[in-house]
Amino acid sequence: MVSQTTASATPPAAPAPAVTDAAPAPALLPVYEPGELAALAARHGLTVSGARPTLGAYIRQLWGRRHFITAFATAKLTAQYSQAKLGQIWQIMTPLLNATVYYFIFGVLMNTKRNVEDFVPFLVTGVFIWTFTSSSITAGTRAISGNLGLVRALHFPRASLPIALALQQLQQLLFSLGALVLILIGFGQFPRPSWLLAVPALFLQAVFNTGVSMVVARLAARTPDIAQLTPFVLRTWMYASGVMWSIDALLKGDRVPHFVKVALECNPAAVFIDLMRFALIDSFSGSQLPPHVWAVAAGWALVCGVGGFVYFWKAEEQYGRG
Amino acid sequence: MAENMNGTDERVPTVVVDDVHITYKVNGARTGRGSATSALSRIASRRQAPGVREVHAVKGVSFAAYKGEAIGLIGSNGSGKSTLLKAIAGLLPPSKGRVHTQGQPSLLGVNAALMSDLTGERNVILGGLAMGMTREEIRERYEQIVNFSGINEKGDFITLPMRTYSSGMGARLRFSIAAAKSHDVLLIDEALSTGDAKFQRRSKERIIELRKEAGTVFLVSHSNKSITETCDRAIWLEAGTLRMDGPAKDVVAAYEKFTTAKK
Repeated sequence: MVSQTTASATPPAAPAPAVTDAAPAPALLPVYEPGELAALAARHGLTVSGARPTLGAYIRQLWGRRHFITAFATAKLTAQYSQAKLGQIWQIMTPLLNATVYYFIFGVLMNTKRNVEDFVPFLVTGVFIWTFTSSSITAGTRAISGNLGLVRALHFPRASLPIALALQQLQQLLFSLGALVLILIGFGQFPRPSWLLAVPALFLQAVFNTGVSMVVARLAARTPDIAQLTPFVLRTWMYASGVMWSIDALLKGDRVPHFVKVALECNPAAVFIDLMRFALIDSFSGSQLPPHVWAVAAGWALVCGVGGFVYFWKAEEQYGRG
Repeated sequence: MAENMNGTDERVPTVVVDDVHITYKVNGARTGRGSATSALSRIASRRQAPGVREVHAVKGVSFAAYKGEAIGLIGSNGSGKSTLLKAIAGLLPPSKGRVHTQGQPSLLGVNAALMSDLTGERNVILGGLAMGMTREEIRERYEQIVNFSGINEKGDFITLPMRTYSSGMGARLRFSIAAAKSHDVLLIDEALSTGDAKFQRRSKERIIELRKEAGTVFLVSHSNKSITETCDRAIWLEAGTLRMDGPAKDVVAAYEKFTTAKK
């Protein structure tokens, strides 16, 4: 029997606010037999605290927290510019300024536009779509390590954090797309039915981004150094993804070895960027797209989305550990 | 409960802590100078030893807590009280041993979810959602939370960003949000020391209320008075080991003797 010192007949519902004098205190350090406590817990059907839920239960918990996820994403987005005088105008100013900088460097100074028709829409679409992926991944590296206080204080499926941050980037992208529409119209690209293809393309990209950001979230939770390394990986990736130049134009010659061609064409970032250009820009025709492009995009989204989620879940009980 | 009805006098445990050890791994805690060159030379000379140090915060603590109990955790700074609380909440996994619980114990700590750049109003919603309340529940209790915090007593402060609040006002709003939800097992870490005298009295009342709603309450505090006033049992931790476990009055008395003797 458990050697407890307080009176064992305490009524469970209404605990007394102060100690009663009734209980004598023979031993103030109860000693338990090995296995005694585990047996006590088992007898009353107690569960082990902090154990990882099954995948199904985890998905249900996550669904239960969907309002928290959206509220957290929106709150982060709003908080971002709340100290600036212009406030939320920066949501649309930042992408516009970004596009201007890239235009001057790559369009005017380096004159990359020789090979590309409608260079400004081409460039701006590339920059915005790339930024969506790169900033989702960057946010992923900080998803757990940047919210340790939250992870250590409250209970919720931890995947809420990388998902909320990816959602925040999606909301940010929608603002950028607002700016993009203005730029497109300014350069004579008017809305047409093919613009609707942007919706499935963005959906697949968002799933892909969330999956990758969950992978880096787990890696960076264990090894914070990942966050220092990511910018370099991302920059290299950006230059290989045809953000400011046309992969298609490069591949036209025979100078490129076959495996480089395949690698460039299957690069998920390049695939998503080109799909978006195909949807939005008139002169960007289907012949410029790599073969089986939608299948490749869906494949990346499926593999990274599901794989990243399962990979993140596998370490669920370890997040927040010192 | 069933056991009690049947006449056997075994009480219902809500939290069973079975020989729990908790170790932290701290990166970059290596002693010595922190300059880049010394770091490089360390990497060059001792390649196998990474800059990781382990902190053994809780060393083999065992106890069982029962329905209806209010348990105070006492001990000097750094004795492992808050760490143990986090392990009970399932937020810090023990490196050895197990914590068994009935239902989901929750820490009364919502601070981390709030954002100082948002208005108090939005923080009430965000904090509530972070604690797992539904939007309807928050809508129902919104008035109650704001009134309890007393934020609006001196004008319409709830629509201002939280960074404009005084530290006392912020603490009051945080406590009000955290205390809005009822729990099976409630863990409170030093919550009673915030706000002015009037708010302290109000929060003490709210904790007693929460105790009635919850099965078991754990309270970490450095105020011996609030432990004896609100708890019937106390657990004394010192340097990560359990020093004493028994009626709050006796344990606190022994602890007081210990602290005054040390001076």
